Amino acid sequence: MWNSLKTMWTIFLHMFRRRVTIQYPDEKPVIPPRWRGRIILSRDPDGEERCVACYLCAAACPVDCIALQATEDEYGRRYPSFFRINFSRCIFCGYCEEACPTDAIQLTPDFEMGEYDRKNLVYEKEDLLIDGTGKYPGYNFYRVAGLAIKGKDKGDAQDEAPPVDLHRLLP
Amino acid sequence: MSELALAWSNVILILAVVFSFAALLSWIERRLLGVWQDRYGPNRVGPFGLLQIAADAIKLLSKEDWVPPFSEKALFVLAPVIIAVTTLLAFAVVPVAPGIGVVDLNIGLLFFLAMSSLGVYSIVLGGWASNNKYSLLGGFRAAAQMLSYEVFMGLSLMGVVMLAGSFNLRDIVAAQEDLWFCIPQILGFITFTVAGIAEARRLPFDLPEAENELVAGFHTEYSSMKFGLFFIGEYVGVILISAMMVTLFFGGWLGPLLPPLMWFLLKTFIVIGFFILLRASLPRPRYDQLMAYAWKVMLPLTLVNLLVTGAIVLAWKS
Repeated sequence: MWNSLKTMWTIFLHMFRRRVTIQYPDEKPVIPPRWRGRIILSRDPDGEERCVACYLCAAACPVDCIALQATEDEYGRRYPSFFRINFSRCIFCGYCEEACPTDAIQLTPDFEMGEYDRKNLVYEKEDLLIDGTGKYPGYNFYRVAGLAIKGKDKGDAQDEAPPVDLHRLLP
Repeated sequence: MSELALAWSNVILILAVVFSFAALLSWIERRLLGVWQDRYGPNRVGPFGLLQIAADAIKLLSKEDWVPPFSEKALFVLAPVIIAVTTLLAFAVVPVAPGIGVVDLNIGLLFFLAMSSLGVYSIVLGGWASNNKYSLLGGFRAAAQMLSYEVFMGLSLMGVVMLAGSFNLRDIVAAQEDLWFCIPQILGFITFTVAGIAEARRLPFDLPEAENELVAGFHTEYSSMKFGLFFIGEYVGVILISAMMVTLFFGGWLGPLLPPLMWFLLKTFIVIGFFILLRASLPRPRYDQLMAYAWKVMLPLTLVNLLVTGAIVLAWKS
């Protein structure tokens, strides 16, 4: 009996506590930058697509929501001819971002993706591709790793730096 | 003629106030629960979320009014009517203020007890007519719980009757002019509170409903306005028990400065708030604990209270 009364008094005092509710549409919640929200495709600092269409994201995806088709431009550089993410399937696990070798696919803190029509949740490449570099401002895959393309070795192409020598970095 | 008009206006006024307050209570309860759980509760529809009641009413009315094909149809329809009728009928004897109140029965207290006991038929019949195991279990529990708590509910009030020397609720209020009965009848007050919560099937004793074990207990199969009637019946029951506690133990309309009606409403509201606080803070006991509590603790306590009160009244009078 005494215990119950004490409980009731404690609960009563909670009347004067601060509310924990965030009144969402009026009051936006603070979302950490590493939040796993809407997926985007980023570009490198030169404005080229980062994605090299390696299919690793599609392979890593546990719900098979990523579909893409690789193709090559006239210099032999790979890029996806289409890139499609079905967000009605996506579970926002972030495995695609982890798998991506070029940091092209990234998850952003945006979560407001509500749609009235299910079909609108299928995002094509033009919906996914952004103009900026996303989370990694200076990163350009070809500057670091590089790939021999028609007639040119690693680091020989325009705007390319020679690849990093891994052994030189060893202590 | 004017007397008849007065009586009718009383009836309509009390009915309207009780009904609208019962509807309002569904909002008040959710807001208060929110306040005590560090959140807001419904505050989106209209000012302070007050129009939530209207939204809920529209939702309930537009739902399919389904009578399950496997149910006992007549009783299934009758059950929610019984609870609404009995709890509203019991309001007839509540003395709101001098001159406000439907009837002035000289056995008002017994009428209230009788009506609140009849309410259990609604739940047992509703549970049985649904022909569903969860409903039936809820109905069983309701029957056993009401039976156990009814016993000492009546007895706990006998001390008040002894002190006031009357079953008339207005006389009982008048007898509290000097001292509210919650002080000399502290044991009676505690036992009546416990019985009242059990009678209104409010949270620490809501075993007939018990959402987490029995789906929704006796009203699992009910939908639309039949469910709405159960809902309103529950809230009217809460208001009724609160009003009776105020009448019997907190001096009814008596109080300084404010008009009697205001005092009655204020006290009733505080008791209702206490009921909601109970719901916010206490967990539901196990079924055998509930039974043991009634028969092994509350009933002996009531009997002791009855004996002591009787002895004191006898010694004082002679």
